[in-house]
Amino acid sequence: MALIETKGLKAFYGDFQALFGVDIAIEAGETIAIIGANGAGKTTLMRSISGVLANEAGSILLRDRPIGALSAPDVLACGIAMVPEGRKLFPSLTVEENLLVGTYGYKGEGPWDLESVYALFPVLKERRKNPATALSGGQQQMVAIGRALMSNPKILLCDEISLGLAPVVVRDIYAAFPRIREGGASIVIVEQDIVQALKVADRVYCMMEGRITLSGRSSDLSRDDIHTAYFGGNRHELA
Amino acid sequence: MSWLDTVVQGVLLGGLYALFAAGLSLVFGIMRLVNLAHGDLIVLAAFLILVLVSALGLNPFAAAVIAAPLMFAAGWLLQYFLLNRTLGKDILPPLLVTFGLSIVIQNGLLEGFSADSRRIFAGSLETASIGLGPVNAGIMPLMTFLSAVAAVVGLNQLIYRTAVGRAFRATSDDPLTAGLMGIRPQRIFAMATGLAMVVVTIAALYLGTRANFDPTSGPARLIYAFEAVIIGGLGSLWGTLAGGIILGVAQTVGAAINPEWQILAGHLAFLLVLLFKPRGLFPRAVD
Repeated sequence: MALIETKGLKAFYGDFQALFGVDIAIEAGETIAIIGANGAGKTTLMRSISGVLANEAGSILLRDRPIGALSAPDVLACGIAMVPEGRKLFPSLTVEENLLVGTYGYKGEGPWDLESVYALFPVLKERRKNPATALSGGQQQMVAIGRALMSNPKILLCDEISLGLAPVVVRDIYAAFPRIREGGASIVIVEQDIVQALKVADRVYCMMEGRITLSGRSSDLSRDDIHTAYFGGNRHELA
Repeated sequence: MSWLDTVVQGVLLGGLYALFAAGLSLVFGIMRLVNLAHGDLIVLAAFLILVLVSALGLNPFAAAVIAAPLMFAAGWLLQYFLLNRTLGKDILPPLLVTFGLSIVIQNGLLEGFSADSRRIFAGSLETASIGLGPVNAGIMPLMTFLSAVAAVVGLNQLIYRTAVGRAFRATSDDPLTAGLMGIRPQRIFAMATGLAMVVVTIAALYLGTRANFDPTSGPARLIYAFEAVIIGGLGSLWGTLAGGIILGVAQTVGAAINPEWQILAGHLAFLLVLLFKPRGLFPRAVD
């Protein structure tokens, strides 16, 4: 039995359908990556799992328990935390307050607290009294990851954490992931950078136009397979 | 009458206006809700204290202690079941609903208590005074002012030092992301309005012991509250206290020059601030 899985997950924004029956499964302790072009439905999938978007209850199962229809605070209480796309730090709060607010609704058993998050990202400790939005983009992303870790989630969803950051900064942030894995959480990474995704994840799902077009172990997938799944069937049509 | 005395009386009066305004400021700061029934809720709380005083023979301060949790509960329920439904991108529905609520409260009080003007008697405290250097201050105005300072300090401690306060500010910034932190914005809003009603109860205690009130007294209190909030700048409770003091001093100075000018002088001070500092004296919110 998977830790969490989606079964024929469909998602809508009003009349617009963004997901057309997505099936993914994540085992405990596993790291998976979801890759795909802009508009493929990756963020919608994250918003559905985290409860920001309401879905049919049975389309998302946490250890066979239907959680698709739960609200975001109820999903968090199941031990699923999200690092949202664009970081979404609270500008009125300091760095430390942003981290602390991560424990407001739920605090599970686990290694993460202020001290261990500061040990993971030492620069945050130096800047803990600063307003969160006074930090550089990379540091803000560290706050966003730390904020999600503070609740000691069983499942950590990371939506586009390299977006808008310099490659060297992205490397710094991904360098923290082995230690986050040691903490025991299963991790879902949404990423446009395929190389980065293959490096950090055990398995990869590729999405296109609201569907899963490819899945497999990172080591088993060829560049051509991924290219086809990412951009569509006939690569010569691409402009 | 010396000018110093006039200014001191104005500062103390400003404490009352700050109490009128602090709840309005808190609610606006957290959910951008302008509650047009705020003044009527103050009058409602004053009638509640009056009923407790006359029915149970309580001291007004003891009555306010009983009234505060009742008003908290009323505010919580009002926000959770009614006002939350009006919040959204459009700012018109909350204005219309609270305007209607204002009329409902006024007419409900008129039905229950008649149009007679009432007051809450506080015994010998009403006329007691104390010497402060060269001037004398009434005990009740002094307590009003100190209560206003205590309310601002207390609310600021809550907002900046506690987990609930962090949730208040996070929700004010971004309710959707706050949900990802397990914060339920609907409940945060309800708690904020409940707290505002506790401050309203304190304001009602001093309103009712200082002057007469009747079911239609609310809208004028709302105007003073608005002016104090806007003079001080949106989002800052200390600014709201400063705004109340400026309004109070302007009124007493105006009245010292010519008794007909009391109310006018307050409104003129408000307009002057708007003219030169349209965002108020100590704006905090960046929107």
